[in-house]
Amino acid sequence: MKKVKHSIEDKVISALIGIFMVVFVVVTLYPVINTVAISFNEGIDAVRGGIYLWPRKFSLKNYDTVLAMQNLLTGAKISVARTVLGTVSSLLVNALLAYVVSRKRFLFKSQLSLFWVITMYVNGGMIPTFLLYRNLHLTNSFWVYIIPGMIGAWNMLVLRTYMNGLPDSLEESAQLDGAGYMTIFVKIISPLCKPVYATVALFVAVGQWNSWFDAMLYNRMKTEYTTLQYELMKLLSSVMQQSGSADSAKFNSAAVTPVTIRAAATVVTMAPIICLYPFLQRYFVAGLTIGGVKE
Amino acid sequence: MARTNALKKDRKITWKEIKRQKTLLIISFFVVIYGVIFYYWPLTGWLMAFQNYKPKDGLLHSKFVGLEKFQFLFSDATFLKVIRNTFCMGALNLLTTTVMAILFAILLNEIRHTLLKKTIQTVSYLPHFLSWIIVTGILHDALSSTGIINDLLLKAGIIDQAINFFAYPKYFWPIVAFANCWKETGWNAIIYLAAITSIDPCLYEAASIDGAGRLARIRYITLPGIKPTVMILLLMNVGNVLNAGFEVQYLLGNGLVQSVSQTIDIYVLKWGISQNDFSLGTAAGIFKSVVSIALIVVCNAWAKRAGEERLF
Repeated sequence: MKKVKHSIEDKVISALIGIFMVVFVVVTLYPVINTVAISFNEGIDAVRGGIYLWPRKFSLKNYDTVLAMQNLLTGAKISVARTVLGTVSSLLVNALLAYVVSRKRFLFKSQLSLFWVITMYVNGGMIPTFLLYRNLHLTNSFWVYIIPGMIGAWNMLVLRTYMNGLPDSLEESAQLDGAGYMTIFVKIISPLCKPVYATVALFVAVGQWNSWFDAMLYNRMKTEYTTLQYELMKLLSSVMQQSGSADSAKFNSAAVTPVTIRAAATVVTMAPIICLYPFLQRYFVAGLTIGGVKE
Repeated sequence: MARTNALKKDRKITWKEIKRQKTLLIISFFVVIYGVIFYYWPLTGWLMAFQNYKPKDGLLHSKFVGLEKFQFLFSDATFLKVIRNTFCMGALNLLTTTVMAILFAILLNEIRHTLLKKTIQTVSYLPHFLSWIIVTGILHDALSSTGIINDLLLKAGIIDQAINFFAYPKYFWPIVAFANCWKETGWNAIIYLAAITSIDPCLYEAASIDGAGRLARIRYITLPGIKPTVMILLLMNVGNVLNAGFEVQYLLGNGLVQSVSQTIDIYVLKWGISQNDFSLGTAAGIFKSVVSIALIVVCNAWAKRAGEERLF
């Protein structure tokens, strides 16, 4: 008797889970697919609405137009540059710092850790930071994307936790063989840390690629240093307000419209990340678990 | 015993040891200089909040005005509304994203088909990797008068006229909460899934033998099993409640819903950067930091008394 009751309960729960997951997946994917569909549709036709998962009148004009927009191209170059340079430099410096504070015999181990943990909770805030960057001539410059955020306490802690988990005997035996601290870092610790390096690199790279506020705050006046995300934002907001700017007038005359241009620009901006993230899953899952649970 | 002694001896600051750790100390030296410049030096800027700061006079020569800026802030009706908005949206977001992530993690864990489970999880991460610019853009499209939401509501006969969701203050907070859930549910669930995985499978087996159904197992084993993780994450995030309100509100807000969309950070941006009132902007920023730290400390003490997991 009991068994029958359970199997009914089982079935009901399975059905509910099924419904929940279907709704979840549809809600997550639909807006993205819809944007892609609109981006491949002819401009005037798309304004009529009613495009859901597939373009009605296929056209590549939108992408032609978007890829010819100079500000988006410059933005894309800057975004790629900041992502590559920012990720490499940040990983290198954070790894070095984590290496230093994870050495058991280091004299200022706990003090140096505390020095960085504090920065997670206390910061000067927007205005003092802005003034500092201005005084250091970091505003209106590309370097504002790279230098200020280079060391991040959270990333450093993730790296440190991983390095703490490596056996001490590695360092000791290398030292007996006459290796200095830098040799041990480069030749012994770093190769073992590849997985966690990948995790942190991924976090930093995504953050770099997606950030727009720093471009708006510090480089608004220097269009040659603004990022793709910020240019996309300008494009989206100018179209949303339907301002009669020269840009939207230009679109209307062709087979493209603000709606389709916006969709195409959005797709161009999100495409690199969407193509890459499924392959990097195991790295960020591992990283989050190190950083969140063990900390 | 011998080992602890040896360790103690190692940690003593001697010339020999300093010489041996030369490399580490040199790296530390540069890192500390960097940290002082970019993280600690801006703290001196907090002085601005107690001054009538003029850029040409600098921090050293601007006139001190005591708490005048704070008095102005708290007599400003807009700022009081801004505090309410920040706090309510932060709390609403924290609550909805946490509940959704836990729900998603538990339900996903119930799926036995591995490939299906993996696929759903991969899909669930996707929005986390999109910038807020893209997410709010997509949301704008979905909620526009020709968007999918109005389309569905019209077809279902629930409304007879498209609603402009961004024109009414009453929709703004739920939209922001939804946007946060959409973006972060799958991502936040990673940690809960890890916590569920670490629950001893024997518990489930024993419970099944004793006749516990699936629901009972979720309620009496899974939920208590992830409780410490939930507590520690809530604690970590409570301190961020006031920080969690900038990008979405800035990007989705408009003149019509300003009274409910403005948060402390937007206020700081508006007064500090656009109006050049650095002192007022800093004062608002300090208020935010102090309240955040107080929240962390209070929650931590409360968790300690309740015998829960603590942050420090």
